Amino acid sequence: MSSPTSTPVGSKPSSDGLASPPSQRRRGQDSSNGDLPAMPTSPATDIASPAVHDTSLFSSPRRSVLPSEVDMSSPLIGVRGTPVRQRPDLGSARKAPQVDLHTELPSADGAVASEQAAGQKLVIWGTDVNVGTCKEKFQRFLQRFIDPTSNEDENAGLDLNEPLYMQKLEEISVIGEPVLNVNCSHVQSFDADLYRQLISYPQEVIPTFDMAVNELFFERFPDSILEHQIQVRPYNALKTRNMRSLNPEDIDQMITISGMVIRTSQLIPEMQEAFFQCQVCAFSTRVEVDRGRIAEPAVCRNCNTTHSLALIHNRSAFSDKQMIKVQESPDDMPAGQTPHTTIVYAHNDLVDKVQPGDRINITGIYRAVPMRENPRQSTVKSVYKTHIDVIHFRKTDEKRLHGLDEDSDQKLFTEERVQTLKELAAKPDVYERLSSALAPSIYEQEDIKKGILLQLFGGTRKDFSQTGRGNFRAEVNILLCGDPGTSKSQLLQYVFNLVPRGQYTSGKGSSAVGLTAYVMKDPETKQLVLQTGALVLSDNGICCIDEFDKMSDSTRSVLHEVMEQQTLSIAKAGIICQLNARTSVLAAANPVESQWNPKKTTIENIQLPHTLLSRFDLIFLMLDPQDEAYDRRLAHHLVALYYQSEEQIEEEFLDMAVLKDYIAYARTYINPRLNEEASQALIEAYVDMRKIGSGRGMVSAYPRQLESLIRLAEAHAKVRFSDKVETVDVEEAKRLHREALKQSATDPRTGFVDISILTTGMSATARKRKEEVAQALKKMIQSRGKTPAMKYQQLFDDLRGQSEAAITKDMFEEALRALADEDYLTVTGKTVRLL
Amino acid sequence: MRMWFVCRFCCPAAQSNSNPEWEAKVLEYFKGQLREKESHSWVPSLNDVPLHYLKPNSLVKFRCLVQDMFDPEFYMGVYETVDPSTKANVLRCGKYKDVTECGVDLNSRNTVTAERQTFYCVPIPGESPWAKEISFLSAARVVPSTSYVPSRQKRSYEEDDDDMDTQPQKQREPHTGGMGETPQIQPHGNGDSKRQETEAPSSQTTAPSDCSSHLDLNFPLPGERGPACLVKVYEGLDSFKLNDTLEIYGILSVNPVLTVLGEEKDPSLLLLNPTESMETPEEQRAHDPPASLVPRLHMLYARPLQHNNPLLPSAPTEDQSAFVSSFLVEMASVRAELLAYLTHVLLGDGLAAEYLLLHLISNVYTRRDVLPLGKFTLNLSGCPLNSYTERLYQIVQQLVPCSYRLSMSLHTMNSMRLVPKKDYVANRLVSGALQLARNTSLFLDETQLEQGQLDSSGVRNITALGNLISWQKVDYDFSYHQMEFPCNINVLVTSEGRSLLPSDCQVPLQPQVTPPNMEEYLTTIHMAQFTSQINKFRVYLSLARTLDYSISDEVTKAVEDDFVDMRKDDPQSVTAEDLHRMLVVARLLSLSLGQTTLSRDGWMRAKHIDMLRRSRTEQQKSLNGNEP
Repeated sequence: MSSPTSTPVGSKPSSDGLASPPSQRRRGQDSSNGDLPAMPTSPATDIASPAVHDTSLFSSPRRSVLPSEVDMSSPLIGVRGTPVRQRPDLGSARKAPQVDLHTELPSADGAVASEQAAGQKLVIWGTDVNVGTCKEKFQRFLQRFIDPTSNEDENAGLDLNEPLYMQKLEEISVIGEPVLNVNCSHVQSFDADLYRQLISYPQEVIPTFDMAVNELFFERFPDSILEHQIQVRPYNALKTRNMRSLNPEDIDQMITISGMVIRTSQLIPEMQEAFFQCQVCAFSTRVEVDRGRIAEPAVCRNCNTTHSLALIHNRSAFSDKQMIKVQESPDDMPAGQTPHTTIVYAHNDLVDKVQPGDRINITGIYRAVPMRENPRQSTVKSVYKTHIDVIHFRKTDEKRLHGLDEDSDQKLFTEERVQTLKELAAKPDVYERLSSALAPSIYEQEDIKKGILLQLFGGTRKDFSQTGRGNFRAEVNILLCGDPGTSKSQLLQYVFNLVPRGQYTSGKGSSAVGLTAYVMKDPETKQLVLQTGALVLSDNGICCIDEFDKMSDSTRSVLHEVMEQQTLSIAKAGIICQLNARTSVLAAANPVESQWNPKKTTIENIQLPHTLLSRFDLIFLMLDPQDEAYDRRLAHHLVALYYQSEEQIEEEFLDMAVLKDYIAYARTYINPRLNEEASQALIEAYVDMRKIGSGRGMVSAYPRQLESLIRLAEAHAKVRFSDKVETVDVEEAKRLHREALKQSATDPRTGFVDISILTTGMSATARKRKEEVAQALKKMIQSRGKTPAMKYQQLFDDLRGQSEAAITKDMFEEALRALADEDYLTVTGKTVRLL
Repeated sequence: MRMWFVCRFCCPAAQSNSNPEWEAKVLEYFKGQLREKESHSWVPSLNDVPLHYLKPNSLVKFRCLVQDMFDPEFYMGVYETVDPSTKANVLRCGKYKDVTECGVDLNSRNTVTAERQTFYCVPIPGESPWAKEISFLSAARVVPSTSYVPSRQKRSYEEDDDDMDTQPQKQREPHTGGMGETPQIQPHGNGDSKRQETEAPSSQTTAPSDCSSHLDLNFPLPGERGPACLVKVYEGLDSFKLNDTLEIYGILSVNPVLTVLGEEKDPSLLLLNPTESMETPEEQRAHDPPASLVPRLHMLYARPLQHNNPLLPSAPTEDQSAFVSSFLVEMASVRAELLAYLTHVLLGDGLAAEYLLLHLISNVYTRRDVLPLGKFTLNLSGCPLNSYTERLYQIVQQLVPCSYRLSMSLHTMNSMRLVPKKDYVANRLVSGALQLARNTSLFLDETQLEQGQLDSSGVRNITALGNLISWQKVDYDFSYHQMEFPCNINVLVTSEGRSLLPSDCQVPLQPQVTPPNMEEYLTTIHMAQFTSQINKFRVYLSLARTLDYSISDEVTKAVEDDFVDMRKDDPQSVTAEDLHRMLVVARLLSLSLGQTTLSRDGWMRAKHIDMLRRSRTEQQKSLNGNEP
């Protein structure tokens, strides 16, 4: 479009709103007029141009009968010399004919009185869009829209009580990036009709928006220099859809879908404007590409030679284009079907904005193109090719690298759903109900299920990073240990299936790399790509790790950071970063000996480092209880499992979908805080826990336990949909915590609960005994008087003979080591020397 | 023949008016016709009749598995053509068609865009030769007037049955020259057509294999053959799932234009026509294979198949219930015969035979959250080496309609693709050996496994097998994520010692006889069975699986008491898992006798055989324990 129409707009802004802007020119319709599209600069067009003004200024009835046309692109040399960037994303139909609605009525000849009004009825052909009104409406929207409740991160730093988009325009004038992103929901709340037009006729309406915003912008900031004119990019069309629900009705409409990028193509140069030169007289002409075709001019207009024009590639205009394949995200797919894919075209600066693996929201225009007609074949394949011309990308997972991404996760609940959930929450036994709904096929284990339920809800996220204390972990970690075959794996599988962002790995098969992240070289582009592993993928979800004990030490060490700091640090192949991994860990471990040994402590049974164990809030033992009443209930439960019909089961238990929604709702909307009483109760609980131990000369609780209690209490409040943590919550947290401790931290020698088993790996009594043996040994050696060297074996035998309690070789060696640490003796081979 | 007429009659009628109601009427009509007795057997089947004998645009049926679901496509449901000479506009219908008529007016406002989806369907993987043979013969009986009449001497069929060679390559493609209806053969006499018959195989068997070598038809199992088909689905898109087995009735389209359109590529146009440049050649090949190899089928109606046993009535009609009730009477006697037969096959081990029988009728009948109920994976340990397992598989294959033997050698475990994987370049789901239809018998031969190193893909394969056995699901690999597909596959593991894979129940084989020549022994046993006898076994196994089952309150109580008592004696020996297994055994045992409720007696029997089995495994353990 090398149109010479470069009328400066700023000098004479259309005041009445109904006059067509100067950039509008009249033209015949392509289809009816053969040579016109080929020669956009033809005099006919230029003559026609003022005719539009005629319509409004002189109200000539004859003129208005003719369909007029609006050039949807502003002139190339636009406002104050700022060039217009073409918008291939809006397609090639840039010349939209305007039709006067009145002329379509049979009574077109009369009614001179309504001529003035006739101008307002001028709409773009095939739509009900009036350019003038549309522009005016959009400008009004820009100038007036205020959204005080906005919490989008893009609006950070903007004054929410001022017109939002005017501030954005100001930002553009400062930064110089000529793109204005417009949230469609804002447009909708401001003017529903405008929104409808935008959705239905994006191809016509968006250029109108462009015009409107540029007029407004250059009026406000006449001195700003931009690379090209501002382009409006709407996003978040409320017609946000699942890829699956796209249907033929959506063609040429604006849609927003979400998905995952699976493939991107090389950059494709797409011809926008062909440059032809006459071989005879060197006269040049430009032809725009229309729907993928170039109408090659047959006759040179200058010298009238036929077939003398040749395409000059170098002087033709191209735009960048990229094909991107997007796949439905696994979350919104019906079970048992394969994911759908859609082809998306990105244009100009949107090229290379996304990479395979990114999860994105795309706003664009849905297109269907008939398969190319084969010139040699008279039949056509009756299938259309569909794609989306993208207008706006929004990565949904980019913020995973920094900050929270709660808004993108927000699940929409219908009114009724929220109502049913609230009704459920109001029931006094909701906690019991939910916990029994959890994995109904697994028998009893009430406390474990309750623990897992609380884990699913999680605590309240607290951010103290501003005071320099960093984030506090809100996620609850749980370890299940116990005899093999006590349906631990089944519980894990269930949880993994229940939560949207669950990951399931087995300790046997996973390496540190598979859990964290690894760097991969893309075979095509040679680019390094960071591939995230299970822990990062389950950010905001639950990572289920089966066979935790089989995990190699190096793999386990990764978990230290994740389970307390909730981050993952990676330094690999030049990529150094810290990823968020706010994941709850649900792990299952088997005892080292095939059967749980009740005579040993938890640590001894599962042989896990205590540093890791202390990071679990709850450690449960899943043992076979072996008593008759239990057996009977178990048998009943299992038999019922095998003969009850689906309906019966559903009557008894909550639907998994309801449970899912319940959890999702609570996680998003409920953020309980401690109230005064609850804090007091927590303090008391903690003091009590410490007191128990101090009576026997040992520490029985550490701050970590207090934190666990708080998290559990918060989670319990969430279960009740309560915004306050109350005493009941603390009571339940205390009870559950005590239950778990009773199971896992009981010292088998004394029968007391001893937290140091978990925190230091050794019970206090065991430590005491170790010291006693060492002292006894020392005494014995001292009693012998001057014997600088002794036989190892003999010493052992003597000690055994002297002591009334049985002393094992291990104990003896430990005692020797303790004495060696005191620099009292050294052990060399089979002899013990005093120093 | 009548169907063809119907089809011809109906399509032009449809074109002349664009009333949407006719679409529903057409479907109603066809469904009504097909519901009529026997009528479905008049429709020629793509499974049995070679493609080039079928008339394009006629009604055919196809028994298949949905291997992949492509993206939905938009097509011209109604379009307008302009006659170049008269300039007259005609409204036409694009449904059930691949290509349009001449002179489409692309700018017409009357064009209606509609949506349809393409499924890539393959014949049911691992379908046993006998099932193919029988459905083929029964089809031949009732389609006397097609141009293609299979004629196969009775003798050769029986031989076939007897020699038990069931290599997939040897699935005899039925090939005959027809009875003189094909134009080329018509002038020849009878003798000539006979010669044609003998010549035909060579040309036919080589041709497809040649073609498929450069065009991967994506069959789940290696060595499979048969027509793959692109099925265009118009209605009820959501009701279909991946891996469904369906019998599809639809209009066959083999328009050669489809291929031409795909291949004729003008490179100069690519620059301007972006829609075509984005399809990779791989994608093109996967989605638009030549119609002569992969025909298109426009679905009118699809019937989900509960089983693919041709000996059983397939639809749940009154027919079937009558059939079931008549067979129930015989059930116990057939069971006894089958048990005797299996005992012979398992070298005289009656207990193992019992368990094998239970395994063969097992079925995942429901799922409780993640737990599949009713699965019964059997590990037959202590199998003699030297091709015994291979022979055993052949016998199993003779009994079940769908089966596959996976020889778990190190090489296959490391190299074979078990789990389907999405190929994003070709945009299709590349199949794997675990993409099987429901109730397929998967025979895992662990005796083939030797010591050595499993590489990462080997470990993945073993994990996939383990998941399949424990949870009855396969995690398909979508590269960026995994997707879980539930399945229902009967897994039988044969091994020397205890299998490295998990299993619901392990039975060490205790041979009572040691035949000097295993091959001969098994062949003799097999020979001794009449075809009618074997057919009875086949019906029995398929039928027992479909029966309903319940437990009365009274028996529930008894079972509970029993469990408590057992635990009282020795809590270590009986766990919840044992109860799980015994309940499944009791269920299968009752069903195998044709009893649809658990009786106290049935429970005692289940307990009894489980005890026998356990004492045998413990014995085995102590034996092994004594070894140095």
